[in-house]
Amino acid sequence: MTATFSVATPPDQMDGADSQNRATLFRRGVRPVRIGRFSTTFSIRTLLVTFVLLLAALAVAWWNMISGSASLTAADTVQALLGAADEGTSRVVLEWRAPRVVFTLLGGAALALAGAVFQSQTRNPLGSPDIIGFSTGAYTGALLVAASGISGLWATPAGAVAGGVGTGLIVYLLAWKRGVSGMRIIIVGIGVSIFLGSLNTYLITVLELETAMSVATWGAGSVNDISWVHVVPLLAMMFLTLPVMLALSRDMRLMEMGDDAAAGLGIKLERVRLVQFLCGILLVAIVTAAAGPIAFIALVAPQLALRLTGAPSVQLIPAAAMGALLLTTSDAIARAAIIPVSLPVGVVTLILGGGYLVWLLLSMGRSRKAKP
Amino acid sequence: MTTVHAEPILTSTEDVHRLAAQDVTAGYDTRTVLRDLNLEVPEGSFTVIIGPNACGKTTLLRSLARLVRPEAGHVLLDGAAITSLPTKQLARTVGLLPQTSVAPEGITVADLVARGRHPHQGLFSRWGKADEAAVRNALEVTGTQSLATRAVDELSGGQRQRTWIAMALAQQTPILLLDEPTTYLDIAHQIEVLELCTQLRLEGRTMVAVLHDLNHALRYATHLVAMREGEIIAQGPPEVIGTASLVQEVFGVAARVIEDPETGRPLVIPKAPQKP
Repeated sequence: MTATFSVATPPDQMDGADSQNRATLFRRGVRPVRIGRFSTTFSIRTLLVTFVLLLAALAVAWWNMISGSASLTAADTVQALLGAADEGTSRVVLEWRAPRVVFTLLGGAALALAGAVFQSQTRNPLGSPDIIGFSTGAYTGALLVAASGISGLWATPAGAVAGGVGTGLIVYLLAWKRGVSGMRIIIVGIGVSIFLGSLNTYLITVLELETAMSVATWGAGSVNDISWVHVVPLLAMMFLTLPVMLALSRDMRLMEMGDDAAAGLGIKLERVRLVQFLCGILLVAIVTAAAGPIAFIALVAPQLALRLTGAPSVQLIPAAAMGALLLTTSDAIARAAIIPVSLPVGVVTLILGGGYLVWLLLSMGRSRKAKP
Repeated sequence: MTTVHAEPILTSTEDVHRLAAQDVTAGYDTRTVLRDLNLEVPEGSFTVIIGPNACGKTTLLRSLARLVRPEAGHVLLDGAAITSLPTKQLARTVGLLPQTSVAPEGITVADLVARGRHPHQGLFSRWGKADEAAVRNALEVTGTQSLATRAVDELSGGQRQRTWIAMALAQQTPILLLDEPTTYLDIAHQIEVLELCTQLRLEGRTMVAVLHDLNHALRYATHLVAMREGEIIAQGPPEVIGTASLVQEVFGVAARVIEDPETGRPLVIPKAPQKP
């Protein structure tokens, strides 16, 4: 690896003053790398943090695989994964636990990616899809579908996606004034969210009791009933959006300096903004459709990753790793908190995230330099 | 330097220009700010735009950088409408230092300056040797190399402004637009920034700045543009157009204009109000 660090430069570029400064251009642990026409800089700390987060997420995921009401050993689980276990064990591992575990890993990452994009575009750590009304809107969509009496496997998810995307569009359009500014999106989003929240409360009161119960269960955000049917669309959506988001991530970071500065550097502001918002909304929609609104992962994960990596702005991959860790851990807590009942994971993220939100608001109120 | 973009352009005759506004009418929503405005930015000049608040100075500068799309007319770069140019190509030719930019929390000086390289970088070539050379050069020219690893939010106002200018320099554009680069700076840092602009002009760049301080404009500009209510009232060398009647016409201020004992340029001294 060390061979690719091109610390050495051709002699024609070296002069006294230059070589003196050569080591001090970047903050500690940031290295340039050049291989042929490919060149970039990377931070050793970011790589390390991402690696550890991924490892931790996988460890928790593995724990979720081998623990549960059906007492299976790690060996049983491995055998089932290798296809060498009896039918009962195979069913528990491959059809019940595996999709749920994969979903929490991917779903956590998806929510965190969406949060990172929204926070970057709104230039505000509060600008996450759940704060600006997306989850509430998705819930409204699900309730409206239930209230209109439409039923079927995909009725609630479809209603949720429509509600979430619709809310996103409404917020985007209401906040539009010569382009979209971050603070306006947040304030409009909070307003729309309050309005939809009261609409949701009303809708629950007019539903039949049984329907209301089932929608409310969905509304708590739960991965208890996740199967491969839910995992496949999420995986496909990740494959679709992640490359786009990564390709635009640099433009996105430059836009944090302000629209004029970014436009002066040749960035097509509205195009980048629209595509990034769209990717974020699609990711949240697909997770929400399957599991209901899972609060706060999108809000918390990018910021925690940011603090751990020490980078100047939110970064997608570390955020995704953090999201995966947070959701798998929340699921582990949800399953272990009140045995044998499995809590909706949304309840756990709500409690953890609520605490974080209070802390965030308090620390934002203090001097920005008081940041830990 | 192996990079060629900042090659000095030695022709600094007044009638050569690359950037020009042609019958530009521009504004925001329903409010028209600029009306049929014509401007040719002389090549190799330090063009300074002056005028009272809300006269359209910033809108003119933003139009030249394509941040505002004209409702009518064109901004031309080398004879072609800038709206027809690819954004990155434009960003390699015309650089902009906006009035307000936000440095992401905790970003270091070198990281920020490196962002100026964006228009030169591809998806997979994000820190080539040319990028490094340009950043080092920009730090050196602005005297910020000793701050390279410091966080921008810990710097003084003057250091911060030099960092932003360094970012614009790393962009290596032959034309550089600066919107009120001296605002919020104390006199020492104001002079420092203006001297830097002059130095950059002498190295061959075309500099365009909006300034509020009339005497700074008269001292440093090679081409002065006076605006009022969206129109250009006068333009030319400060020695020629810097008169008391211009100050009266543009700002509505009665003033004496004397010869600056330091530079021989015009120096504006507002008259004291008549005591009754």
